[in-house]
Amino acid sequence: MKKMLFSLLLIGAMFASQIVVAAADLEVNTPAISAIKGSMQSRHAQLAPHYASGAVGLTNDGMVAVRDANAVPLKDRASLNGVVAAENADRTKLYKEIATANGHPEWQAEIQSTFATRWIDKAQGGWWVQGAGGWTKK
Amino acid sequence: MKNWSIALVLACALPACVTINIYFPAAAAEKAADKIIDDVWQLKNGAEKPSANTVEPQ
Repeated sequence: MKKMLFSLLLIGAMFASQIVVAAADLEVNTPAISAIKGSMQSRHAQLAPHYASGAVGLTNDGMVAVRDANAVPLKDRASLNGVVAAENADRTKLYKEIATANGHPEWQAEIQSTFATRWIDKAQGGWWVQGAGGWTKK
Repeated sequence: MKNWSIALVLACALPACVTINIYFPAAAAEKAADKIIDDVWQLKNGAEKPSANTVEPQ
């Protein structure tokens, strides 16, 4: 009887741990993630006009890309490329950091594709987003 | 003795169920993505100031 009770307790504990795992949120409040977020937040002021003009679009893999370089004056194109490259570097770091902060580096690709959908869903009207069939204006 | 073997079998089998939960938590990831995107794009500026110290509702 005692052993029966013990095994029941064991089973109960295992189910409880399962529920805890299932209900857990992803950890996104680490210093590294906050730093990347801050850097992206301040860069957004530079990127927002380019999203609106269509010079830069949101790709379907959770990145940004120069979609129409003609939308910016020739002299500004180099800096545009720089901003896009910096943003993509931060995004890659962000996805990687979230995966490692949660103890699953192998989740990076899935986190990236989750973000890809959410960036596009939350994009403002008029911004260009990449769908399966190419660029579309939201 | 029989109880023990049952307990042993379950003890071996149940961690396998737990392993299933190690699969990617899509809903939690979506929630995390929304939170970060709102902060980066400052989409919820009026309602609440984004803060690193915000207590998450469980």
